[in-house]
Amino acid sequence: MSPVEALYYGLAALGLMAFLSVMVLALTWGERKALARIQMRMGPMRVGLHGTLQPVADVMKLVLKEDILPSWADRRIYWAAPLAVFVPAFLVWVTIPVSRDVVIRNMDVGLFYVVAITALSVLGLVMAGWGSANKYAILGGLRAAGQLISYEVPFIMAALAVAMLSQSLDLTEIVDGQAVFANALVQPLGLFLFFTAGLAELGRTPFDIHHAESEVVGGPFVEYSGAHWAVFFLAEYVNTFTIAALTVLLFFGGWRWPDVPFDGGVHTALSVLWFMVKTYAVILVIFWVRGTYPRLRIDQLMAFGWKLLVPLSFANIVLTGVVLFYGWPLWTLTVLSLGLLGGAFYLISILPGRGPSRMTVAVRPARDLRTRAAGSSASGVDSR
Amino acid sequence: MITPAVVLFYAAAALTIGGGLVVVMSRNIVYAALALLVSLMGVAGVFLLAFAEFLALVQVLIYSGAVVIVFLFALMLTRIEDFSRLTDHRQWPVAAIIAVSVFALLAAAIARTSVRTEPDRQSVGLSEFGETLFAEWAVPFEVASLVLLVALIGAVVLVRRDGGRD
Repeated sequence: MSPVEALYYGLAALGLMAFLSVMVLALTWGERKALARIQMRMGPMRVGLHGTLQPVADVMKLVLKEDILPSWADRRIYWAAPLAVFVPAFLVWVTIPVSRDVVIRNMDVGLFYVVAITALSVLGLVMAGWGSANKYAILGGLRAAGQLISYEVPFIMAALAVAMLSQSLDLTEIVDGQAVFANALVQPLGLFLFFTAGLAELGRTPFDIHHAESEVVGGPFVEYSGAHWAVFFLAEYVNTFTIAALTVLLFFGGWRWPDVPFDGGVHTALSVLWFMVKTYAVILVIFWVRGTYPRLRIDQLMAFGWKLLVPLSFANIVLTGVVLFYGWPLWTLTVLSLGLLGGAFYLISILPGRGPSRMTVAVRPARDLRTRAAGSSASGVDSR
Repeated sequence: MITPAVVLFYAAAALTIGGGLVVVMSRNIVYAALALLVSLMGVAGVFLLAFAEFLALVQVLIYSGAVVIVFLFALMLTRIEDFSRLTDHRQWPVAAIIAVSVFALLAAAIARTSVRTEPDRQSVGLSEFGETLFAEWAVPFEVASLVLLVALIGAVVLVRRDGGRD
């Protein structure tokens, strides 16, 4: 690596940091405004025009707040946890293209890189949960680990089906494959799986089991305050932006579909703009979902992941493989994909059970399990 | 000659060995698990320097993203006090002998193998790699996946001893 290249990567990292920070500030403002709109409120109005400077005030508040270290906490793990969440969130952007050639480093294993690095972010949540020496934090950390590992399966499988369709893991090539029509039109089922599993990976509202305020009072973050909490917050919004950007790249044709006019620099600028417009549209849907759906219960979450999303994601791969192998026209994949999605929802709606009990796994009280274990053991002697 | 690649290699090797030492020497079992993660990431770095990008990413995804997380998941349910005598276990001389002999065996094997050095080595394209793995070596690949499937079913059977009601 020459000094020039080293300088390029250093500057790129700084630029990326600035870009992501600005995006996060915009997202926090946008989320509060969107939720306020859904709830027929005004949202932040005081600081700046329509509250546009509110994020800046929030940052000032967070940085000036006292950083508290609980006396029983494991100091090293407690302080390292925010970094372990933030670094993967940041590293993913090394290979995500915003437009053709507007990317730090394009890789031919780009999609796989993104998936592998995203998988690392669970670690920070688990560390925060254990390091805080707090019951709620540990419960939240366990929930985070369970949820994120479960939903990684449909998330990766849905991305894999797109890679099969594009015959590439290179994100730029995946976008080029959608120049005529977007993958969302070919794989509606894939879009549903990717977006839903992506929401769960983010831990955003219908799936915010691990920091559910009314159950585990903030989960792994319960003891954090000030700048360290701000780092978690930053990572969460960077991840939201990442999932939206990936949805656009994989399913909505990135900066293409349809191509923007003109050549040269104007074309690139318009491409970036077009990509951003699409990404913010997806983000708006994420906010809309948050404002609309209540939180799932933890057993519903697991059942939804393992009983619905995982089988559907495997079916999606098989369908894509069959259509590609026999060389059927792509509209057959659309029809089959939609049929499977509709069929799955129809099956859920006619399955026995009503309301909340429909998508659940059986939860038995602990004492039930204890008596069962004691009864099944050969001696049957339990001193208690 | 000191090139950036050499420096990076030593950094990755130091991470691997240092992490491994902390795994066996740490008195705190959660630290040991996190050190294992550092060590595995060091191995991923070595793979990356050998132009095995795919293998490096697999290492990150499987070992760091899944295996260590599962370790931590189990360890979080324990207290450190349960493992206060973690490293002064009586079996350590036996463990040391086995470790040293495995190391000697591997070192001897590596020393006897003629190492090819290709200074201009480039990474193998992903599609080329995929074709080799899934066409030429399809049968070993399927056997490996069958073994994994058997292990998976075995784990489920071990856990569900009551036969289950749902």
